[in-house]
Amino acid sequence: MNDMEHRKTNNGEGRRLDGEEEEEEEDEDEGNGRGLDAWERAYADERSWESLQEDESGLLRPIDNKTIYHAQYRRRIRSLYSTTTTARIQKGLIRYLYIVVDLSRAAAEMDFKPSRMAVVAKHIEAFIREFFDQNPLSQIGLVTIKDGLAQCLTDLGGSPDSHVKALMGKLECSGDSSLQNALDLVHGYLNQIPSYGHREVLILYSALSTCDPGDIMETIQECKKSKIRCSVIGLSAEIFICRHLCQETGGSYSVALDESHFKELLLEHAPPPPAIAEFAIANLIKMGFPQRAAEGVISICSCHKEAKVGGGYTCPRCKARVCELPTECRICGLTLVSSPHLARSYHHLFPIPPFDEVSLSLLNNPHQRSSRACFGCQESLLIPGNKPNLCVACPKCKQHFCLDCDIYIHESLHNCPGCESFRHSKIVSVTEE
Amino acid sequence: MAIGRSAVMAPVPSKLYSDDVSLLMVLLDTNPFFWSTASIPFSKFLSHVLAFLNSILLINQFNQVVVIATGCNSCNFIFDSSSVPANPNLENGRMPALCSNLLQKLEEFVTGDEKLSKEVLAAGIGSSLLSGSLSMALCYIQRVFRTGPLHPQPRILCLQGSPDGPEQYVAVMNAIFSAQRSMVPIDSCVLGAQHSAFLQQASYITGGVYLKPQQLDGLFQYLSTVFATDLHSRRFLQLPKPAGVDFRASCFCHKNTIDMGYICSVCLSIFCKHHKKCSTCGRKRQSSLEG
Repeated sequence: MNDMEHRKTNNGEGRRLDGEEEEEEEDEDEGNGRGLDAWERAYADERSWESLQEDESGLLRPIDNKTIYHAQYRRRIRSLYSTTTTARIQKGLIRYLYIVVDLSRAAAEMDFKPSRMAVVAKHIEAFIREFFDQNPLSQIGLVTIKDGLAQCLTDLGGSPDSHVKALMGKLECSGDSSLQNALDLVHGYLNQIPSYGHREVLILYSALSTCDPGDIMETIQECKKSKIRCSVIGLSAEIFICRHLCQETGGSYSVALDESHFKELLLEHAPPPPAIAEFAIANLIKMGFPQRAAEGVISICSCHKEAKVGGGYTCPRCKARVCELPTECRICGLTLVSSPHLARSYHHLFPIPPFDEVSLSLLNNPHQRSSRACFGCQESLLIPGNKPNLCVACPKCKQHFCLDCDIYIHESLHNCPGCESFRHSKIVSVTEE
Repeated sequence: MAIGRSAVMAPVPSKLYSDDVSLLMVLLDTNPFFWSTASIPFSKFLSHVLAFLNSILLINQFNQVVVIATGCNSCNFIFDSSSVPANPNLENGRMPALCSNLLQKLEEFVTGDEKLSKEVLAAGIGSSLLSGSLSMALCYIQRVFRTGPLHPQPRILCLQGSPDGPEQYVAVMNAIFSAQRSMVPIDSCVLGAQHSAFLQQASYITGGVYLKPQQLDGLFQYLSTVFATDLHSRRFLQLPKPAGVDFRASCFCHKNTIDMGYICSVCLSIFCKHHKKCSTCGRKRQSSLEG
């Protein structure tokens, strides 16, 4: 939830006239934009007039950000939920994603502060971490475009740190950009992955042109044939060839307006896309769930061939010791994962329905005295003066929640405390499914 | 999360909340099916726990204790030290207000829980609703985070006796990951005869302590030596290390715990046998893949 709050404050920063109570929670943001003097801040960030509105008597009032923010969030949850229910929870959860970073001349432009390149690098780091959090069995590779050539920076892999380190060491830009070279390179790599994996390319494109050795249309058709989903986030303006590429391969194309918008667009690619499910072949993969050995036990691991004290996991089939999960057993070739790895993505499969907004009259009903406090955090749903605050109710268990808990439940917890804490309502929900 | 970290890192301007002030969320297992077979009676267990809660409140005047009862049909908040009503009637000279308050709420909860159980008794459910009480505790902790950068350091202590309910697997895992993201450790003290795979994973993933006391008669000593220290002081202590963590999963088809199984490549559902069609996402298999 604090993640959420963070995003909220970042997005809305400067776009609102801060209320006093908001001041407190933003203390942590100090130095971000607040520490700057007025002349150092970008003109575009400082749109304080947009956060004012006129009330009935003609007075200027700051817009109530909380309700607006919550309304936006509810709209998003509802649209997300409707797509998942119609598409029958088919999501590509094993993803192989190449991130192509454009490091051509155009990446040095300073319309993003301090430069496009620096902004891209900063947010890729956050994206990679978020990606692995949401797609535990997936892999990422990095490709850069420079001087008209595409170069593979890191191979497909599951460790966020190695990717981030490799990218940070290579942040120089020069020459032209070449979409075709990048696509050709990635196409070659992605053709080798197993058939059940979802192949994706995410291109962060700064340039306004592409300098190609051959016919790019052919390359696009090749990608389409190999079922590679190509998405582009532009940093300058919309380009026809990018739109064409995304349309052909089923990806999404967007152009960032400013830094916070870029971050938002990038993070949209972290949750598994529902549409690509038909792309990959469904398979059952045999996997083992090793147990973690007790601390202090000495044994020889099969991956480094070294004696290690404590830690490590035991392959359930051949009893060999491995150090890290997920991996493939060196001895018997079984894919080894830990069940928490898989469980991280289960909330995509069993989403909780969006909560209904509760009318205020219902709350005033004396029969429902018990529901005057939020079921999750026990905070009173009445604002001082005994007036009912806005609140929501779960359609299944009918418990009431405050708006903050609503966001936390849908964004981070993925459990409805009400449904989870009553056995009978749970039985009903099981038979419904 | 960010707020929690900054409270530790930055020099705290006010002396009010230093790094050793804790918010302890205690999840109390009240499952009658378990306590009728347990090695110590529930009343004795309660006297250990009440003494422990009192000692937590004595360690630091700003410490806060919240107790959530985990029943077999419902869960509810039964005690919050920050909002003890000043009720002189409860202070009867024999028991402090804390205890009588908690015991009264607990009694109400247990009778309410029992009423609910009449309907489902036939099903013979032996597990308690850990997922529900964990979710409620996390919601409460988020509310504490919202109060600003200065707040007590939260942690969750599960006093669990009943066996795991495999049907709660997904919900418990969701709660564990949410706790991990907000850096809330889940400590667990298992009172039953068997180890709890859920709580082993919960404590391992969130960096909490997992303990299965040998002698329940000395429960207060276990609680006060292992679980009473605040998060800051834990770094200087030799706390019990996990003796292996059970990372096995339960399959979606029979809810069995398995150590090898088949994973659907589309939705990552776990099955113990090879099926033609995935029951979760409805995709037909083309062939089975080894490795």
